Amino acid sequence: MKALGIILAGGNSNRMRELSNKRCIAAMPMVGSYRSIDFALSSMSNSHIQKVAVLTQYNARSLNEHLMSSKWWDFGRKQGGLFVFTPTVTASNSWWYRGTADALYQNLTWLKESHEPYVVIASGDGIYKLDFNKVLEYHVSKRSDITVVCTEVRDEDPSRFGVLKMNDDGRIEEFEEKPMVSDSNLISTGIYVIRRRQLIELLERCAQEERYDLVKDIFIRYKNVKRIYGYKINTYWSNIATVESYFKTNMDFLKPEIRDYFFNQYPEVYSKIDDLPPAKYNPGNIVKNSLISSGCIINGQVENSILFKDVYVGNNCVIKNSIILNNVYLGDNTHIENCIVESRDTIRANSYYCGEGKIKIVVEKNERYTI
Amino acid sequence: MVKKEMIAMILAGGQGSRLGVLTSKVAKPAVEFGGKYRIIDFPLSNCINSGIDTVGVLTQYQPLRLNSHIGIGIPWDLDRNVGGVSVLPPYEKKHDTEWYTGTANAIYQNLAYMEAFNPEYVLILGGDHIYKMDYQMMLEYHKANKADVTLACMPVPMEEAKRFGIIIADERGKVEDFEEKPANPRSNLASMGIYIFTWKALKEALLTLKDQPGCDFGKHVLPYCKDKGERLFAYEFNGYWKDVGTLGSFWEANMELIDIIPEFNLYEEFWKFYTKSDIIRPQYIASDAVVDRCIMGEGCEIYGKVYNSIIGAGVTIEADTVIRDSIIMRNTRIGKGCTIDRAIIAEEVAVGAGTVIGTGEEVPNTLKADVYGWGLVTIGEKSVIPEGVRIGKNTVIAGVTTAEDYPEQMLPSGGALLREDGDRL
Repeated sequence: MKALGIILAGGNSNRMRELSNKRCIAAMPMVGSYRSIDFALSSMSNSHIQKVAVLTQYNARSLNEHLMSSKWWDFGRKQGGLFVFTPTVTASNSWWYRGTADALYQNLTWLKESHEPYVVIASGDGIYKLDFNKVLEYHVSKRSDITVVCTEVRDEDPSRFGVLKMNDDGRIEEFEEKPMVSDSNLISTGIYVIRRRQLIELLERCAQEERYDLVKDIFIRYKNVKRIYGYKINTYWSNIATVESYFKTNMDFLKPEIRDYFFNQYPEVYSKIDDLPPAKYNPGNIVKNSLISSGCIINGQVENSILFKDVYVGNNCVIKNSIILNNVYLGDNTHIENCIVESRDTIRANSYYCGEGKIKIVVEKNERYTI
Repeated sequence: MVKKEMIAMILAGGQGSRLGVLTSKVAKPAVEFGGKYRIIDFPLSNCINSGIDTVGVLTQYQPLRLNSHIGIGIPWDLDRNVGGVSVLPPYEKKHDTEWYTGTANAIYQNLAYMEAFNPEYVLILGGDHIYKMDYQMMLEYHKANKADVTLACMPVPMEEAKRFGIIIADERGKVEDFEEKPANPRSNLASMGIYIFTWKALKEALLTLKDQPGCDFGKHVLPYCKDKGERLFAYEFNGYWKDVGTLGSFWEANMELIDIIPEFNLYEEFWKFYTKSDIIRPQYIASDAVVDRCIMGEGCEIYGKVYNSIIGAGVTIEADTVIRDSIIMRNTRIGKGCTIDRAIIAEEVAVGAGTVIGTGEEVPNTLKADVYGWGLVTIGEKSVIPEGVRIGKNTVIAGVTTAEDYPEQMLPSGGALLREDGDRL
């Protein structure tokens, strides 16, 4: 494909509550075996993008560990491959990334030295599959300067997103970032296609004016000057940047049609391989309507829940409507309901956690008990 | 100059004909084991866990799946600039081109490969055993004894000893004699087919015996070394080691993994097993499903009831189906309302709805009674079983079968139904 890929993965959100203490959103474990960024990376790999940069800033240890080898997404190349860019102090700059546009601007050399004519920009917190070739075709056919991939939200408040209105031709006429009220439910997915030289020009001008945000300072500011088009998708798309949507997006995978779309239909989603043994179901376990990952050992009861990798469920445990993240040991007789249990933890025997009204995040910070 | 202290050579060319239809299209080391592994994963993982980073895998019989499984060795961290894993098939030579005619002949034909690493020691392994072993400890034993050859062996019950190659050693481990499947064994130390050779001794023996037809380690090389007066030592191993050479032992070794704390524990952090995982999604257990005493690979979709079974990655088991004491390998699909007992169902099989598998009396198999026994039903890979048929015990099925193949919708106990490659089974 004639495009570079850039994944903006530096972000933090206080709406992730305690979950963001440990990692940035792009590194959030997803659906048992994946991490959030796998979806953007896999879509890029499957669209035959050869060269991808991930821009990180906030709490990137988990993410760096996940991206330590690029082979899982087929980016282990001599030509191109996977680049991870964290802000660095240089002779002319000692700032962190002050915004999305600044993050790109600080890596302008990489953009300038590449020769791909287009750039696909995506975020690390979207759960979707997308063929970027189709978006690029649309971009070219509309003679667009910037193409914004957008979707309609139904059961979610659009006000935490960039909200758009398009005309009949698809040109974006209104674009508001996180509006207080909105009469449109068409939102930006944070995926953009733009010509590389155009992007460099816009970033340079933006930096000169000491503006740092890609959406507010470029897309919205230029919307009447540049041809900005919307490419609407109707396939599954979800953003996980709040605890509620993170929980819901994971639980969506309990539906057969969503699993079929992501797991059985071409193309696949890739992730780092952890070399864990098969899941083990010991006598006395009762598992209903749940997703179980490799390395789990289950002795208790699990219902409407997702167990991530390497979870041990003790005898007589009851887990309902919950997410247990990677590498958790649940002691005997533990009851967990409407919770997200943070990763790498030991929950003591006979514990009781129940989220009332909203999802409870369980963090005990005990040493992980190993068998 | 490249220098590796010890390199490993894995003999993975054998068919394993006693596994019947399971090995009609793949070599035995590539047969799936334990829900997500293939048999060769165990020696390969043992190698890397023992710090051996140069491994030659000798292939001959049906190597395609083995080749694609091993690839460049990524899952075992054997993708190295120097060394790593190399697949070594037989090749055409200027003179005397031949297949690998025996275990030692195969190694002899790859002298140049070994020479390139300038090793001190060469470890020879089979590709078809299930065990955890630190070869470094065996090497230390080899060095301490200033041995030319060290043979790994394990004590077996005296009454079983006549099925093995038996080693007679003195109290310090020095080998005095060997017997191949003796009627009256003089010892109960069975050879495990794992040898460490000092490179010079191996090279000398292979060159001397190069014209020996079907040159074999047990039959020719070891007796030659002993008669020459070299120092042979027996290294006693007391851990879990299982030969999965027959369908009965293959089934049993799989079933042993289900125990609450199995003797062969896959869940230990400090000795992991690695495999190529192309299915990574989690498995789904539906509301009406039961999964009791099972181990299960990634990406299964279970709507039925499964007891005491090993389920491979990507298997679908539909509603109202009951499976007991069986091994179902990857990407197999079991339709609705089936009853399956004591079956080994290989990869990518489609079983139609309402099928009953493993029913009736035990009758010896009419095709090969010694291969298809233990009351098991064995179904080869990519087979298709039509809806609503009944299949007896000690039976074998391979290939795409249709309702016409089952008179009165039945394959009686002891029956065989081979629709593909019948001559090779």
